[in-house]
Amino acid sequence: MQEINLSEHNFEQCQKCGICNDVCPMMAANPAYPGPKQAGPDGERYRLKDKEFYDYALKYCLNCKRCEVACPSGVKVPDIIQSAREKYNEHKSVKLRDMMLASTDLMGTMVRPVAPIANTVLGWGITKSVLDGVMAIDHRRTFPKYSGEGFERWFRKKAAASQASYKHQVSYFHGCYVNYNYPQLGKDFVTVMNALGYGVNLLDGEKCCGVAMVSAGMFDKARKNAENNIKVISDAKGEKVLTTSTSCTLMMRDEYKEVLGMDNSSVRDSIVLALKFIYELVDQKKVKLVFKKDYKARAAYHVPCHMEKLGWSIFTRELLGMIPGLELILLDSNCCGISGTFGFKKENYEISQKIGQPLFEQINSVAPDFVACECETCKWQIEMSTEYKVKNPISILAEALDLEATAEANR
Amino acid sequence: MNNHQDFDVIVIGGGITGAGTARDCSMRGLKVLLIERHDIANGATGRNHGLLHSGARYAVKDAESAEECIKENQILRKIASHCVDDTQGLFITLPEDADTGYGLDYQKTFVEACLKSGISAKVIDPKDAIRMEPSVNPTLIGAVQVPDGSVDPFRLCSSNVVDAQLHGAKVLTYTEVTGFLKNGDTIEGVKVRNAITGEEAEYRAPVTVNAAGIWGHNIAQMAGVNIGMYPAKGALLVFAHRVNNVVINRCRKSADGDILVPGDSVTVIGTTSTKVPFEECDHMHVTPEEVDLLLREGCALCPSLATTRILRAYAGVRPLVAADDDPTGRSISRGIVCLDHETRDGVKGFISITGGKLMTYRLMAEIATDAVCKKLNSSAQCQTATTPLPGSETSGVKEVSKKLWGSATQGQKAAAGRLGSRAAEVEFSSPEDKQLVCECENVTLAEIKYAVKHLNVNTMEDLRRRTRVGMGTCQGTFCIHKAAKALAIAKGEPESADKLAADFLDERWKGMKAVGWGDTLREMEFMQKVYKAGKPDTYKD
Repeated sequence: MQEINLSEHNFEQCQKCGICNDVCPMMAANPAYPGPKQAGPDGERYRLKDKEFYDYALKYCLNCKRCEVACPSGVKVPDIIQSAREKYNEHKSVKLRDMMLASTDLMGTMVRPVAPIANTVLGWGITKSVLDGVMAIDHRRTFPKYSGEGFERWFRKKAAASQASYKHQVSYFHGCYVNYNYPQLGKDFVTVMNALGYGVNLLDGEKCCGVAMVSAGMFDKARKNAENNIKVISDAKGEKVLTTSTSCTLMMRDEYKEVLGMDNSSVRDSIVLALKFIYELVDQKKVKLVFKKDYKARAAYHVPCHMEKLGWSIFTRELLGMIPGLELILLDSNCCGISGTFGFKKENYEISQKIGQPLFEQINSVAPDFVACECETCKWQIEMSTEYKVKNPISILAEALDLEATAEANR
Repeated sequence: MNNHQDFDVIVIGGGITGAGTARDCSMRGLKVLLIERHDIANGATGRNHGLLHSGARYAVKDAESAEECIKENQILRKIASHCVDDTQGLFITLPEDADTGYGLDYQKTFVEACLKSGISAKVIDPKDAIRMEPSVNPTLIGAVQVPDGSVDPFRLCSSNVVDAQLHGAKVLTYTEVTGFLKNGDTIEGVKVRNAITGEEAEYRAPVTVNAAGIWGHNIAQMAGVNIGMYPAKGALLVFAHRVNNVVINRCRKSADGDILVPGDSVTVIGTTSTKVPFEECDHMHVTPEEVDLLLREGCALCPSLATTRILRAYAGVRPLVAADDDPTGRSISRGIVCLDHETRDGVKGFISITGGKLMTYRLMAEIATDAVCKKLNSSAQCQTATTPLPGSETSGVKEVSKKLWGSATQGQKAAAGRLGSRAAEVEFSSPEDKQLVCECENVTLAEIKYAVKHLNVNTMEDLRRRTRVGMGTCQGTFCIHKAAKALAIAKGEPESADKLAADFLDERWKGMKAVGWGDTLREMEFMQKVYKAGKPDTYKD
């Protein structure tokens, strides 16, 4: 019977307790946002009666999932909100700016060949003013750098040939960020996996997971990408398809089904964040980690909202906790405010920074050597808003591991 | 004791029939007193499906009722547009119906009867029916589309009362008729007692209309006449959200639980039909057997009801007039009964209007008012079929909101839906007034203040019937203390807030208890925790 229940996303179960409002970072920062209870289950009851009750303030939802994590009744509040944006929003045309911000794939492909120029030009004050004026991309934003050589290209040239020699195999969904903006994370991932005795394979044509498209309202485009990704993931080589991006992971595991209504059941369980996979290998004594004797660092760990939702930050903490020279300080659970492309939009800049303020202040007061965090957009936000660098825990592992000794131990 | 001799007609009963009669009489220039012992729309008026019948349900068996229904259906769409939702309706045939003689042959008979009564009934492909209403039982083998809809009985009744008041009528709620002022065989007025203060009074008028629904039986006895009434209880269940957007009926002889109506933010399944003793009419409760039956039959219409949260159960009593000894009351005509007790029983100045149904209230009011006018030698003509009710001049959430506020808040949109063009009179002047008190039903402080001031509100139950406050998923758990405070302040009795809230929660609790499992049970426990913890003395189950 459950299958034919029209109560999508469990909104019937809502007991109206309001805990969701309590944890919503947007509601606290922006009075124009009615909060997850009203935007989600309460609003949905009225939208079912008359689509006139659709509220354009739903666009403020960061889709951070904090309400869903907090809900004692299992209501998928953010999914109700995202689905409503598709179902009831009558102004379906997507702004050029939103389309560009959301098309991480396309933009990367276009910009990468001219990356050095693009990075310089995007850094100029004049460019920022023009983007601000014409495109409404806030001039105070620091743009993520584009990388000249994409990860995929590096991988094919420098790494692909040797991968078959490892006794275990995995696939890697690198995502747009690793490919276009920060290939180093992908390189660190390959380094770590190889040291553990795992060869890495790329998927046969991955596409952007679509998370930014959903927030821009480009649901159909997101569905096309999802269809492609479900196919290439089901054809993947190796034990699992590993990821280094929390948001891509959440999107492909949960939102393909809940928001886009796609059947991802055949691939869901094979998509795993690399950190969880590695922790489980260590825990099951299938691999050994040997750390450098002289590694010493003090890191503040910020759990991204989507990592809170996945419920997997425990694996990162346990894994980083194994590094003898690392002092790991767990930051309070707060949203950084950028929420993917949200903070790039001019009209959202102030709200975005206001939401992140408690996090920035805590980082400053902790004064670590760097911040540890799995999410790429949190990284941009924290690096722009504090003076601290942000490192993905995979990169921290790559730095802290005695790679040769580890490779030896896992041979 | 006060004496008053200022009225042309006294109408007893603030249900839809009385309210409609008070409106019609006052629009014809009569000086009207409307007396209700409780609140308006408290009896059967507020305890039914809220179905805007097309008449199709009666077409085969009772062509007269069917014709009345379709005519009134078309009238209400015009004069009560802010109370009506044009959902359309489906009459479905399920595979198992063939075994009981209601297969597709019956569908043919049904459609013919509908067309004969002037009801547009269109046979549609089952696939199209599923497209039209995705929640319908997908195994259906036949479907007929008819112009059913839903009508909000609270709004409809309140609008009639408001219009009567605008035409000079006096309305006394919480005022019980304790006896008649008789002069020989003439009724010259009524004795009443205020149910809250206990104060007694007498009112005089040359004509008194008994429009008290099932309680009209006792009113008539008080006047020394007998109407053989037949109290037929009907139980219904309310689901927590709109599961369907089209009314779903079963295409067969009227039976229990065969109509599913989307009304405002919820869906209602009903009804049952059982004879109850008169003593029970004031204390209706829904039995586990009735709940089981309604759920079982409801799931045949719409399988997803099996997993949808049920908010509450309630029951009303149909004021049928007995004609034979059918134990269920199903075969009694739902036709209108207007009795002039002068010609029938030799009691002058007294008329009873009963039978009928919500759908035909306006026609009943017209018939009763015609009888009143005849007694008063007035030739004024009925205008209720063409004059919109207050609020129905413009209607529709979009149209009203746009006209009044440009870009509206959720609370304003909801007020526009409930009050139609009368929403213009709600004062959203301060940010506080725009705040939602009831978040489930989007009721603002401004709308509560408006209702208390203009819509005859005394208790929290009255406020609920006017605004939907506390009718949503939480059944008042998270809003009722705020709403009660607002009502108490508006009444000038701020210290009464706790009592108002406690009485309301007791009433909610009764309706929830009948369906107290799953999420409803969780909500009940939550409610209990919240209020027992805070106010151990005022809330007891």
